[in-house]
Amino acid sequence: MDTLVVQILNSLFYASILFLIACGLSLVYGVMRIVNMAHGNLYAFGAYVAAWVIGLVTDSLHWTLLFALLLSGALAAAAAGAVLEPLLLRPLYKRAEEYQLLMTFGLLLILEDVMRLLWGPHPLTASALSDALASMSILGVTYPVYNIFVIAVGGVAAVCLWAFVYRTRFGVMLRATSQDMRMASALGINVKRVYVQAFTLGCLMAGLGGAVVMPISGAVLGMGVDALILAFVVVVIGGLGSLEGALVGALIVGFVRTIGITYFAEVELAVLYLIAAVVLFVRPAGLFARA
Amino acid sequence: MSPAPARPGLLSRLELGGAAAAAVVLLAVPLVAAPFQTITVCYGLVFAIAALGFNLLLGYTGLLSFGHSAYFGMGAYVVAMLVKYLGWTSMEAFVVAGILGSVLVAGLFGLVCVRYTRIFFSILTLALSQVLWSLALKLFWVTGGTDGLRVPTPTLLVGSLAPTSDKMDFLAYRYYYYVLVLFVVSVIVMWLIVHSPFGKALQAIRDNETRAEFVGVQVRRYRWIAFVVSGAFTGLAGTLWVPLNGLTTPDILYWQFSGRIVFFVVLGGFKTFWGPILGAIAYNYLETYAVGFTIYWQLVLGSVLVLLVLTMPQGLAGTVDALVRWLRRPALT
Repeated sequence: MDTLVVQILNSLFYASILFLIACGLSLVYGVMRIVNMAHGNLYAFGAYVAAWVIGLVTDSLHWTLLFALLLSGALAAAAAGAVLEPLLLRPLYKRAEEYQLLMTFGLLLILEDVMRLLWGPHPLTASALSDALASMSILGVTYPVYNIFVIAVGGVAAVCLWAFVYRTRFGVMLRATSQDMRMASALGINVKRVYVQAFTLGCLMAGLGGAVVMPISGAVLGMGVDALILAFVVVVIGGLGSLEGALVGALIVGFVRTIGITYFAEVELAVLYLIAAVVLFVRPAGLFARA
Repeated sequence: MSPAPARPGLLSRLELGGAAAAAVVLLAVPLVAAPFQTITVCYGLVFAIAALGFNLLLGYTGLLSFGHSAYFGMGAYVVAMLVKYLGWTSMEAFVVAGILGSVLVAGLFGLVCVRYTRIFFSILTLALSQVLWSLALKLFWVTGGTDGLRVPTPTLLVGSLAPTSDKMDFLAYRYYYYVLVLFVVSVIVMWLIVHSPFGKALQAIRDNETRAEFVGVQVRRYRWIAFVVSGAFTGLAGTLWVPLNGLTTPDILYWQFSGRIVFFVVLGGFKTFWGPILGAIAYNYLETYAVGFTIYWQLVLGSVLVLLVLTMPQGLAGTVDALVRWLRRPALT
């Protein structure tokens, strides 16, 4: 029973991080029809910036304020997205989609080394945050409070994103553009602006994911690429372009990973990719494909 | 910019001249260059075979695979396994087994992948290649995990050319010519494939799937065959690569290696037959020197890719082609 509770909480923790990454990937694909291979590196960028900023002030500020500084990672990733989309992706929308994929692949390579250049080869972390919260008792098991905090962030982000996309004027424009870009443009929507906003929003979520995971796993080179591959699995299972899909996909992958690590560690990754392949085989557009 | 010349099946005078000049240069390399340089060219030729195979899918069938590391890695790991568990040493046996192994994997993966096109094809090929990667990484008692498996220099020509004591020397002369012969054979076979009715059908599928289907091309079956042939070439490249490297690790199964194969082909230009060959050799130099010159070589490569996509989408071959056309433009009278 105890292990079950811990397993469930661990799964939710993974799912929360995965959702933060995958929802941006899916959003960007849904609106712009681009699969951003550099997305994982924006997540890593968020982790690095948050670790760096918090590291600068960690002794001089009260730990509650440090939590607010986690947002710096999200904002930095969003700023990077707001610059990259108009600069590098906008010239390519009229070209074949291979070029867009290649461009983001080039961006992935560049960002990987930019982070190495800025912060060196050693991992950064800010464990003061996770240490400050210690552990609590849930249903008879002790569990780190910081992990609960991450689960909560994922949940709140999901709700906010849902409200944003389905309950605001901007959300309507976003959905209109994703359904039919030309028609939206003809109706007076500034598609260019929607694109850059969607891309920025996606990067913001990824950066937030990176920032909140950082106190636990640190900001490490290569974390972006690993995350990207898992996020691919999530969006493939859930359906590229669907936010509900990203949530369900993240939960599935989160639970499978947790079970996998316990019972079949050797083939855990293989099982995940196989699940993705099977889903694609059975439902090519994913579980939550839009018509 | 169509890959087919005006007279199907025939090389244009320019292409013939270029091929002859390239053959002379490639034959002369071990005689005039230092062993290190020859081995660099040898790597380039091996990657060129992989690029040729890859481009049958991208350039001729219109499918962007992000999982070709699977077939390259399969070619390499088959050799390593045969050495480790069966003690084989003959390169010919390795070549046959490597091609068979990669055909098997490509045949299997292809069944799933060719049902899709565009981005779904790319992601599916990527996901499946990652299955192999994670197995190679995690089943370390079979594959050696991250340490990989060592592969000693093989014997060539049914054992008649045994490895010499100076490994560098062996690789830079005998093995170089061995690879060169297989490279030339690969180029000829691929040339015949893309100019055959089958190759034409693939191009028809690329240009308009619906029309191809209507004129009687069995789209999915043709895609599958192209997928398998592509995997076989890439597998051959992996097999030839192992003795050069002396070691195979899961890195060559990782999806970033697939990205590297994509890079070769885009650098060279995927809309031409020769582009991928040019791109593979050029990339190999670029990487060899970027790695030697700076630890930030990914930054260099990424920037090259970004610039390429923005300014030279036709790649090196396309740019050369445009230049030739410009030089031959009719004089204004």
